[in-house]
Amino acid sequence: MSLLASSLLGPFIEFPFMRRALVATLALSVGCAPIGCVLVLRRMSLVGDAMAHAVLPGAAAGFLLAGLSLPAMSLGGFVAAMAVALAAGFVTRATPQREDASFAALYLIALALGVLLVSLRGSQIDLLHMLFGSVLAVDDAALLQIAVVASITLWALALMYRPLVLESFDPGFLRSVGGPGARAHMVLLVLLVANLVSAFQALGTLMAVGLMMLPAAAARFWVASLPAMAALSVAIGAASGAAGLLLSYHAELPSGPCIVLVCGGAYIVSVLFGTRDGIVTRRLLATSHLTR
Amino acid sequence: MTSGVAVADIAPAISLRDLTVSYRGHPAVHHLSGAFGAGTLTAVVGPNGAGKSSLLGALGGTIRDFEGRIERDPALRVAYLPQASALDRSFPVRVHEVVAMGLWPRIGSFGALTAADHAAVIDALAAVGLRGFDQRWLGELSAGQAQRVLFARVLMQDAGVILLDEPFNAIDARTTADLLALLQRWKREARTVIAVLHDLVQVREHFEQVLLLARERVAWGPTAEVLKAEHLFKARQMAEAWDETAPACKVSA
Repeated sequence: MSLLASSLLGPFIEFPFMRRALVATLALSVGCAPIGCVLVLRRMSLVGDAMAHAVLPGAAAGFLLAGLSLPAMSLGGFVAAMAVALAAGFVTRATPQREDASFAALYLIALALGVLLVSLRGSQIDLLHMLFGSVLAVDDAALLQIAVVASITLWALALMYRPLVLESFDPGFLRSVGGPGARAHMVLLVLLVANLVSAFQALGTLMAVGLMMLPAAAARFWVASLPAMAALSVAIGAASGAAGLLLSYHAELPSGPCIVLVCGGAYIVSVLFGTRDGIVTRRLLATSHLTR
Repeated sequence: MTSGVAVADIAPAISLRDLTVSYRGHPAVHHLSGAFGAGTLTAVVGPNGAGKSSLLGALGGTIRDFEGRIERDPALRVAYLPQASALDRSFPVRVHEVVAMGLWPRIGSFGALTAADHAAVIDALAAVGLRGFDQRWLGELSAGQAQRVLFARVLMQDAGVILLDEPFNAIDARTTADLLALLQRWKREARTVIAVLHDLVQVREHFEQVLLLARERVAWGPTAEVLKAEHLFKARQMAEAWDETAPACKVSA
């Protein structure tokens, strides 16, 4: 038993960088997972992915101008992703093209531009770092940024909760009563990008979206309401973060992919055994129903 | 004016002056003038693509791309029920939450519901035949039950003008009959109801006024006068003869 305890707690007790990484992933879960839930329920799951790619050229521009500076890369990433989101919204409104197609087109342009910018000055290591981050190298500034963004996210979601929900399932009604539907949508996009940017140093642009979407998609198989989903997804994200860090430590594997893969494991278990529409659960219920 | 049928001599709830409504950049309703009488039931009928939904969207405030004028008493509240397809029923919300949102003008983003509000939600659900459904998920309901929920929300909106876009599409006969009875109740309460409908039998039976639309006004007035074979034939011809590629007409007059 003490062996188990020492392998579970030991790394966090012994190494400050592990404690820091743990706090970072817990705080990231608190901000990212609820955003992921809203995206899942609004059928915008792939928008998170598109935005994660769209962060890259801005972060790369920040890197070109200021080197490995967190504020410069964060600001650049935020501006670039918001520009892609606004441009996609504009193309959707101004042309008959659907939003998913505009998002796909623009994020691919952004991704190529980002890779090009990194290659101008950076090395392959820099590119890998941007795409996949390094949770074990999170410094005080990054930790503070993560904490601030997570706090703002929870407050903003609480303040926008009613219009955001209404805008999600009945946007026409919200418009007809003059509700702030467009503002709710914009706040959601800003929060999405802010969370991806804040996760940037710890997990990189591409892994960050895993911590956002996988716990949310998994939670959908266990609970129904949005508040319950948000709470459960935070728990899944936090637990996966801790487990992923331990896996990374003991197996000497990169931390970002470990965390996201543990989230993925939670998702697969939920798809199979979730109490709401889990594949195996449904089979079991169907059988008992027939033989009753 | 393309028809000689006079609009009934009733005080108007909403007057339209040379209204041209665009949908996705294309004009969908052209140069419409006339009035919806206060406290009347008006059916808006016409072929597919006639601009009925665009007109309702403009009246309901969700389509702002129009020229001409829509005049109504600013104090008059408008409740607008779009087509059912606009609703995402898979989103996890409970029936009472949906109905309570009819109070949006008063409670907005942050206002709390009072005990009286909760009671009003229960009453509104009872009025549409859904007593005891308040804690159910919207996604568990049939299409007909979901439409009843939306009618309960309209009840909560307590509006002087009620706009319904194809409210009985894919709804069974029993539900349709119940909801039509609700329309009669609204008329007795002196509310103005404007509904887009396709079933002319239903229109003849339950609506006193009809606006026959085929991108422009074909006829507008008492039901029996508007729904004549010649008008219906003309509406069909106008819809078929419409040139999609014609340049947009100049509206500013």
